[in-house]
Amino acid sequence: MSENLHKHSGEGCKGACCLRVTDLGVSAEGRTILQGIDLHIHCGQIVALIGPNGAGKSTLFKAILGQQPHTGSIQFERSGGKRTRPLVGYVPQSPAFDQGEPVSVLDLFVAAISRWPVFLPIPKALRAKVEECLGRVHGEGLIDQRLGSLSGGELQRVLLALALEPLPHVLILDEPFSGVDVEGELRLLRLLDELRRTFDLSVLLSTHDFSNLGDYADKVVLMKETVLKVGTAQEVMDSPEFAQVFHLRLERG
Amino acid sequence: MPEFMKNALLAVLVISPLFGLLSTMVVQSDLSFFSDALGHSAFTGIAIGVLCRLASPMWAAAALALILAGLFTWVKGRTRLHSDTVIGVFSSTAVALGIFFATLGGGSFAKFNSYLIGDILSVEPAMIALLAAVLLAVALLWLSSFNPILLSSVHPALAASRGVRVGAQEWLFTSAVALAVTLSMTWVGLLVINSLLVLPAAGARNMASNVRQYHLLSVLNALAAGLAGLLASYYLGASTGACITLVLALFFVFSFVGRRHG
Repeated sequence: MSENLHKHSGEGCKGACCLRVTDLGVSAEGRTILQGIDLHIHCGQIVALIGPNGAGKSTLFKAILGQQPHTGSIQFERSGGKRTRPLVGYVPQSPAFDQGEPVSVLDLFVAAISRWPVFLPIPKALRAKVEECLGRVHGEGLIDQRLGSLSGGELQRVLLALALEPLPHVLILDEPFSGVDVEGELRLLRLLDELRRTFDLSVLLSTHDFSNLGDYADKVVLMKETVLKVGTAQEVMDSPEFAQVFHLRLERG
Repeated sequence: MPEFMKNALLAVLVISPLFGLLSTMVVQSDLSFFSDALGHSAFTGIAIGVLCRLASPMWAAAALALILAGLFTWVKGRTRLHSDTVIGVFSSTAVALGIFFATLGGGSFAKFNSYLIGDILSVEPAMIALLAAVLLAVALLWLSSFNPILLSSVHPALAASRGVRVGAQEWLFTSAVALAVTLSMTWVGLLVINSLLVLPAAGARNMASNVRQYHLLSVLNALAAGLAGLLASYYLGASTGACITLVLALFFVFSFVGRRHG
């Protein structure tokens, strides 16, 4: 059933919703950063964006987030065919917080999702709401922790929970596996898998770790200034474009 | 209690919570050095105001500080230089300009000493009312914009992804600091003003586990030090600003020794 739902059939998003990026271009200070980007991500899909440093991955994210002026279009297409600007949840690279940072997980959420001034006593209903948000990533127990006292994996879950409120069409994760150990990576992937099924989310993430792309990515997009190759992990990593971008020597004969 | 002490007491009751509040975000946003630079620029503004024979040169200082706060935010958003470096550029330029104007035509520096040291015992009711208005304005700013200001300082990219205009929030906050610094400088003294923007929250940071504790401790810290410092200066005959700062420093030592975390 879900196979049918997510099957990509030609131009339209028949039967399923999708994020559609068409002929996107970005240039700044007379330099072309992105051009002719076409992307098509179905709801429930996990798409991995790979490419060398400076390939424009972050710029593409910014454009999808609506923070970067661009040409071309970025649209979210509902199953009925109605098109809107996508609502995007963004999980930034986990920053290292100051150990003494006097900001708790509750504070971060209240500041981000409500207009209630964080320095005043926080109403019970708002606290319950934050607990519900954290529940989506199995992080209820973290609510009163200071940001500086969280481990890398905990912080990532908190930022993920924050990105899911309000519930987005598309979830973007910037280098979620950098600085995360193998176990942490697996835990995050299991969580992402659960979330995309529960909420029918499109997940777009950037990574430099190609070791288990094939295990989780429905689609891999290789880019450098433009999209060079789209396909399964195997297809992309076997392609001449991949070899060229990463300067691999192809063994011949 | 003599009349001037009553006025000074009132002024301390207004200035302390004002700086206690601002201090939380000055420290949180790594703007300690910036507030120092603002103090210097305020001095430059006063030198310009005196040169232009303004009745109260303080307003020239306020205007210049506001311009600098805007320029600083603008430059910071358009350069890859570390903000420390940008502040250093602004600060040294402001100081040089101030000394240039103050000594232009062979003038003496001595007439500016009162601004450097400050004299809270000379504060007049009209000025207390003005400072109370600034406190009210900052309280309103906190009620309306604290969340985006906090989010911008915790994680600018995250804040931006949630529709916060990070540059605008920074500008709003630095402008508030600029106004508070320049308007209270004459009483607190330039040399001491930066300590009032850094020490209350620095001490609170050692103890606080969340934003509410952080604010409460910072404001109480400033208030207690303000009162204790004023009394100490009255009985010892020393500069009030210096006494307040020393009490704050003492509080910092206590909070450091008893700190709950890193």
